Amino acid sequence: MSSLRQIAFYGKGGIGKSTTSQNTLAALADLDQRIMIVGCDPKADSTRLMLHAKAQDTILSLAAEAGSVEDLELEDVLKIGYKDIKCVESGGPEPGVGCAGRGVITSINFLEENGAYDDLDYVSYDVLGDVVCGGFAMPIRENKAQEIYIVMSGEMMAMYAANNISKGILKYANSGGVRLGGLICNERQTDKELELAENLAKKLGTELTYFIPRDNIVQHAELRRMTVIEYAPDSQQADHYRNLAKKIHGNAGKGIIPTPITMDELEDMLMEHGILKTIDETQVGKTAAELEIA
Amino acid sequence: MTQNADNVLDHFELFRGPEYQQMLEAKKKMFENPHDPAEVERVREWAKTEEYKEKNFAREALTVNPAKACQPLGAVFAAVGFEGTIPFVHGSQGCVAYYRSHLSRHFKEPSSCVSSSMTEDAAVFGGLNNMVDGLANTYNLYKPKMIAVSTTCMAEVIGDDLNAFIKTAKEKESVPAEFDVPFAHTPAFVGSHVTGYDNALKGIIEHFWDGKAGTTEKLERKPNDTINFIGGFDGYTVGNMREIRRIFDLMGVEHTILCDNSDVFDTPTDGEFRMYDGGTTLEDAANAIHAKATISMQQYCTEKTLPVIKAHGQEVASFNHPVGVASTDAFLMEVARLTGKEIPEELARERGRLVDAIADSSAHIHGKKFAIYGDPDLCLGLAAFLLELGAEPTHILATNGTKGWAKQVQELLDSSPFGQDCHVYAGKDLWHMRSLLFTEPVDFLIGNTYGKYLERDTGTPLIRIGFPVFDRHHHHRRPVWGYQGSMNVLITILDKIFDEIDRNTNVPAKTDYSFDIIR
Repeated sequence: MSSLRQIAFYGKGGIGKSTTSQNTLAALADLDQRIMIVGCDPKADSTRLMLHAKAQDTILSLAAEAGSVEDLELEDVLKIGYKDIKCVESGGPEPGVGCAGRGVITSINFLEENGAYDDLDYVSYDVLGDVVCGGFAMPIRENKAQEIYIVMSGEMMAMYAANNISKGILKYANSGGVRLGGLICNERQTDKELELAENLAKKLGTELTYFIPRDNIVQHAELRRMTVIEYAPDSQQADHYRNLAKKIHGNAGKGIIPTPITMDELEDMLMEHGILKTIDETQVGKTAAELEIA
Repeated sequence: MTQNADNVLDHFELFRGPEYQQMLEAKKKMFENPHDPAEVERVREWAKTEEYKEKNFAREALTVNPAKACQPLGAVFAAVGFEGTIPFVHGSQGCVAYYRSHLSRHFKEPSSCVSSSMTEDAAVFGGLNNMVDGLANTYNLYKPKMIAVSTTCMAEVIGDDLNAFIKTAKEKESVPAEFDVPFAHTPAFVGSHVTGYDNALKGIIEHFWDGKAGTTEKLERKPNDTINFIGGFDGYTVGNMREIRRIFDLMGVEHTILCDNSDVFDTPTDGEFRMYDGGTTLEDAANAIHAKATISMQQYCTEKTLPVIKAHGQEVASFNHPVGVASTDAFLMEVARLTGKEIPEELARERGRLVDAIADSSAHIHGKKFAIYGDPDLCLGLAAFLLELGAEPTHILATNGTKGWAKQVQELLDSSPFGQDCHVYAGKDLWHMRSLLFTEPVDFLIGNTYGKYLERDTGTPLIRIGFPVFDRHHHHRRPVWGYQGSMNVLITILDKIFDEIDRNTNVPAKTDYSFDIIR
C-alpha cells in the first residue's frame, strides 16, 4: 500500500484533461505500471479511450438502479481496459439537478471499502473543472492524491482556472499531504503560449511539467475511442505522451505547495507578455462606435 | 368544563369534555374532508388482504415507518461511552436535538451533545468556521477530556473534510494541538445507527492507536493477556455492561470494555449533576491495542472496526447479540478459549437455572408463533433463542438488514425444525410488517415501542424488546446477555403470554372456567 502513488488531473472544462490523462496513463501502463483510473466527472468520459466505449456504466447510475451503493459489487463497476488498466467512473446527475460532488465522495468511499486500491502502482483521478465544492476536493483529501497535475493552455480562462485550482490545493496542502505536481500545457496555439505557461508555473511556485504540441492525430485517435499510444504508437505525438509519462513517473515526492496569485497579478502577467495592452481606464465600458466618435 | 387552576385536568380528561369534543367534531367536518365511515371501513378491511400485501411489497419509492435510525445517533451513543467525552456533531442543530431526545427518552437520562450549528451560510461557504468556533466553545464551556466529532447529512453533502477542518481548528488554537479530537464521517443517508456506531468507534480506536492525528508516534503493540469487549449499539447497555463485567470478573478475565456508557446513561441522583460519568478511560482506550483479542457482541455494529483491530495484530471474534443457552455457551467458551480461563461453577449454576426455567415454562411457549423486528444482530439473537425454546419465529424483519444478513438468518432458520415456516425480510419497514401480521398472523410481535401501533392495528400483542423503548421505564437497566440476561428475556416473553391467556379467559360465566390462579 505504501508504494501506491496517487495522482489527479484537474483543469478547466474542455481543456483536454481526459485525453491527456488517458494518453499519459496508457504510456505509464507500457512501463508495466498497474493503474486504476477513477473518473470524477458526471460526463463519465475519463475512461472511454481505455475501454473503446462511449461511456462505461457509472457507480452512481448502477447504485441508483440497484437501490443503494451497498448493493453493488466491485466487478459491476470496475472495467478492464488497455493494458489491464482498471477503469471506474463515479458518474453523477444530469446537469441542473442533484449533487455531483457527493457522488464523488460516495464513489471513492465505495472503492476504498471494497478493496479496489489493492495491488496497484498508480491511482489517477480525473476531476472536472475547478474545485467547485467539497465533493470535488475529495481526491485531494489526506491519503488520496499526493500530486495534482493541472492541465491548462495559454488561454486566459484556462490560466485563471489553473490559479483557482492552486487555491484549492493550498487549502488542503497545509492540513494534508497534497501537493501541486506541475502544469501540463495542452497547446491551443495562442500567442506566446509556452512563455506564458512557463511564467504562470513559476508564479505558482512549480514547473511546467510538459508542453504538449497540438497535433490532429489526437483527434483521429479520439474518433476511434483510442489513445494515441494505442492508435499510432510510432507517432511523434505518442512520444510526447511517453515523455510526459516519464516526467510524471520521475516526479514522485517532488510536488510543492502552490503560491496562487490574484486576478490582478494574472492580468499583469498577460500584459507583461504583451497579450493584454495596458488598460486605458477611459476606454473601459465604451462600445466600438463610441470610441470611433471620440 | 374548561381548565381551572384549582383543579388542573390532564389531557385524558380535558379533551373528553364536551367543548373539546364539539370542537374536534366541527374541525373534522369543516377542514378534514371526511369520507363516508363505511368507505373508510371498506378500505381498512381491504388493507388487511393478500391483494393489498402484494401491492405493499411491490412498493419501491416509499418507506413507511422504517425500523432504524440514522448514523449520527449511533456515533453519539458510541462517543459517550468514553470518559469525559462530549459528542460534537458537525451539521445542523435540529439533527442533534433529535439524537439527544431519542437517547433521553429511552434511558430517562440527560444526553449531552453539541452541534456546530451549520446554517445557510455554512452550507454555501463550507462549515470550517463552525468547526473552528464550535470546538473552541465546546472545549471552554464544557471542559471535556475528549471531543468526538461526527457529521450530519448537510456537512456530508457539501463534502466538508473533517480531518482537514480539525487540523485547521487546532492551528487556530480552538483546542490544544495534543487534545483528543477523533472523528468519523457519518452521513445519515447511508446505513443506519449501527453503521454510525461502527464508524465512530473505528475513528476513536484509530485515533488512539495510530498516533493521535499525527501528534504522537503510532503505538506499538506489546501483547498482554487482556480482552477487549465491544457491546455495539444496545438499548440494554446499562444492564448488559454491568452483567458482562460481572461475568468477566467471575472468570478472572482481565478486560477493557471499549465504549462503556453504562454510567453516563444511569447516573445516580445524589444532588450533583454531572455531564460525564464513567466510560472507558482514554488511557484504557489507547492501551487496548495491547490486548490479546477483541470480542464484539454485535457483528453488524463492528463490521469496519474489527478489521482495523485485526490489522493491528489481535485475534477478533464476533457474535450476534447472543441470547439463550446455546448462544451464551458459545460466547463463554470463546472467552475461555481466548483467555485460557475456566468457566466457573457459579456460571454453570446460572446456566442450570436458565435450563430449569425454560423447562418449567416450555408448555406455554412451545409452538407459539413470533414476528420479530429490530437491528440485525438483535433479530439474530432473539430468533436463535426462540428456536431454542421451541417457539416458531415466523417473520424476521430488519430495515437495516443487508442481503448478507438475510442469508445468515436463513441459515439459522434452516438449522432448526422450528424455523421452517419463517421468512426473512431485509430492508423492509413496519408497514410491510403490518401486512404480514394481517395475512400471516402470529401469536406475538417482538419489537420496540413503535410496535404499539402495529399492536393496536392488528391486535398482535407486543413484547417490547429493542431500541427505543420510550413508553415503559427502566427496561434498559436489566441485562439481556449472559444466562441471567437470557432469563430476563424469557420472563419478559412469558409475562406477555400469561397476560394474553388471562385476557382471553376473563369473561365471567363464559370463558372464565380457564381464568386460573395457577399457570
